[in-house]
Amino acid sequence: MSTEPVLRVENLVKHFPLTRGVLIQKKIGAVRAVDGVSFDLQPGETLGLVGESGCGKSTVAKLLMNLERVSAGRIVFKGQDITHASGSALKAVRRNIQMVFQDPYTSLNPRMTVGDIIGEPYDIHPEVAPKGDRRKKVQDLLDVVGLNPEHINRYPHQFSGGQRQRIGIARGLALNPEVIICDEPVSALDVSVQAQVINLMERLQGEFGLSYIFIAHDLSVVRHISDRVAVMYLGKIVEVGTEDQIYEHPTHPYTQALLSAVPVPDPEGRETRERIILTGDVPSPANPPSGCRFRTRCWKAQDICAKEEPLLEVRAGLGDTAHASACHFAEVMEIVHTTN
Amino acid sequence: MPETTPTPQHNPEHAPTQVEQRAMDLATSEAVAIPTQASSREEVVAAGDGLLSAEEARSLASDAWHELRRNAFFVVSAILIVLLILIAAFPGMFTTTDPRDANLKDHYLGAPQWSHFFQADWFGYDGQGHSIYSRVIYGARASIIVGIVTTAFVAVLGTLIGMLAGYFGGWIDAVLSRVVDIFFAIPLLLGALVIMQAIKDRNEWTVVLALGALGWTQIARIMRGSVMQVKNADYVTAARALGASTWRILWKHIMPNAIAPVIVVSTISLGVFISSEATLSFLGIGLQEPTVSWGLDISSAGDVLRDAPHAVFFPSAFLSITVLSFIMLGDAVRDALDPKLR
Repeated sequence: MSTEPVLRVENLVKHFPLTRGVLIQKKIGAVRAVDGVSFDLQPGETLGLVGESGCGKSTVAKLLMNLERVSAGRIVFKGQDITHASGSALKAVRRNIQMVFQDPYTSLNPRMTVGDIIGEPYDIHPEVAPKGDRRKKVQDLLDVVGLNPEHINRYPHQFSGGQRQRIGIARGLALNPEVIICDEPVSALDVSVQAQVINLMERLQGEFGLSYIFIAHDLSVVRHISDRVAVMYLGKIVEVGTEDQIYEHPTHPYTQALLSAVPVPDPEGRETRERIILTGDVPSPANPPSGCRFRTRCWKAQDICAKEEPLLEVRAGLGDTAHASACHFAEVMEIVHTTN
Repeated sequence: MPETTPTPQHNPEHAPTQVEQRAMDLATSEAVAIPTQASSREEVVAAGDGLLSAEEARSLASDAWHELRRNAFFVVSAILIVLLILIAAFPGMFTTTDPRDANLKDHYLGAPQWSHFFQADWFGYDGQGHSIYSRVIYGARASIIVGIVTTAFVAVLGTLIGMLAGYFGGWIDAVLSRVVDIFFAIPLLLGALVIMQAIKDRNEWTVVLALGALGWTQIARIMRGSVMQVKNADYVTAARALGASTWRILWKHIMPNAIAPVIVVSTISLGVFISSEATLSFLGIGLQEPTVSWGLDISSAGDVLRDAPHAVFFPSAFLSITVLSFIMLGDAVRDALDPKLR
C-alpha cells in the first residue's frame, strides 16, 4: 500500500451552527459533528468506518460527496483538491465518487422506472454514454448486479429490499466511478439478504477496481468486507488499522468496549467472554469534553486525559501489531477470540 | 427453481397485498436461490422471470390508465365530463331551440314533458317562456369555461409558488408564504364580489380573472408542504450526488412526487369555481344577461319557485352533477397516480 491514495482526507471539520432567534439569527454555538478526521483510501481498498449513531460517520459521507460544505480541512481526490469544487469541476468529481444509500425504500424515486433511475446518471453526464447506447448500458448494469435486464420498465415498488439495493448499486456504478461511499448499505436489509448484497459488492470491487468507504455500525459486516477499519467516536477517529489489527489487537478502550458488545454466535463463548459495559451517555457534540473525548466514559482515564488530547498515532511498545490509536494508555486487549 | 411459500417474517404487521405478496415471493426465492456467489446472477434472473412474466412492463401513464379503466367512479365521471364538454363545445348538436327564444303567451312556466326527449319542452319552460332544456344545454359553456380555465390558472400559479417556497425555503419561503397568507385571508366569494363590482362589462373571462386571482392560495400551500416533505427524501439526495441541476431535481424528482395532492385539490376546486361562478351570477354580479348560465337561470327561477320548481331543478341538477363529476374524477386520478396504492 505504497501507491498514491485515490482519496485523501486531511483534518476534515464540519460544524453545524446552532442559532437562536427568528428574524435576527444569533449564533450561540456549534455542533461539532466532524472534528478533525484524516484518512487515506488506497485504490481497490475498502475502508470501514464504524461508530455508534451520531458519531459523525454519515456526515463524513456527505462531506465527501460534497452534499454538505466543509467547515475546514481538505479532501484530495487523486492529487486534486476537491474541497471547494463547484460547477463543472464538481460535476467531474461526482463522476468519480458515487454513493450507495442506506435505505433502498427511500433512495429510489417511486415514480421513475428502474431504467430511468439507473439511466439518470447518463442524462446528467451525457458525455459518458451516447443516447443510443443508454438502454443497452442500463441493461448491462442490471445484469451486472444480478437483476433481470428485462425488468428495465418496472417500478421500484415491484422489487424486494435486496433487489432495490442492487438497483441503487447499479445507479452508483453507472458513471464508472473509482470510489463508492456506502452509507450503511445493508443495515436496512434482512440478514439473509445482507450477505448477498455484501458478496455482490465484493465481486464488483474486483471487477471494476473500486475503492469503498464502507460506513456501518455492524462490526461483523464491516470486518467481512473491510481491508482497514477506522473507529469513530464523537466526530473523531480514535483508532485505525487493518481489519486484523482492529479486531484481534484493539488498543483503544472505546474499540475494546465496542468489540465486546458484538454478539457471539456461540453459547459457550458467550458465557465465558468478558464484556465491557460503558457507563454514562455520549457527551453532546455541541460541548465535547476537553482533552480526550472518551475520557468521561473511560475506565483508564487519568488527569492527563482531561488536559492533553491524545493524538492518533502509533505508540511505542505495542509489538508487531502496532497501529494508530488515539489513547494515552493504548495497550492491546484481546476481545474477540474467534478467528473471522 | 424453488417455488417456496412466502415466509411470514417479511411483513408481519399487515396482511400482504397482491404486490407485496409478489415481492415477498421474490425475496424468498432470491434468498433460496443464491447458495453461492457464482450462480447468483443467472438464478436471480430466472427467479424474477418465473414470477412476474405475466405482467408486461408499462410506463406510469399507461399503468395509471390501466388502473383507471377498471374504476367505476372514473368511468362514470369521465363519461359525464366528456358529455358536458361536448355540450359546452357544440350545444347545437343537442338542441335546435334558441335558448333566448321567449314565448310568454304559450309557454309561461310550462310543465316538463317527460316523454319529449331532446325537444324544447322536455324540461318545461321558465318564467320568460324560454325552453329550459335549451338553456341548460347552452348554459354549460359558461360553467365549463370558468371551471377549467380558472383551475388551470390556479394550478399552474399555485404549483409554481408552492414549489419555489417549499424547495428553496429561507427568505424566499418567508416572502412567498406571507403573500399566500394575505391572499388566503380574503374570502373567495367576497373578494370576487368586490373585484367583479369594479368591472363594468362582465363575461366569463372576468369571472376567471376574479376567481383565479384569489383561488390559488390553497394549492400553493398544499404544494409547499408536499415539496418540503419530498425534498428531504433520499432519492433527491441521490440525484444531487449525481450532479443533477436544481431544475432537474424539481422537475423530475420533486414535482412528480409532490403533485398528487394538487391534482386532487384542483379537481375539487374546479367544482368550487363552477359553483362560485353560479353563485356570483345568482347574486347578479357574475355573468350578465343575455349570457346563458346556470347560475343566472337558478337566480331568475327563484322568483317562481313555488309555481314552477322545475325551473330551478334542472339547472341546479346539471350544476350538481358537473361539480360531482369533477370531484369523483379527482379521486380516481389520485388513486391511479399513486403506484404505492396499487
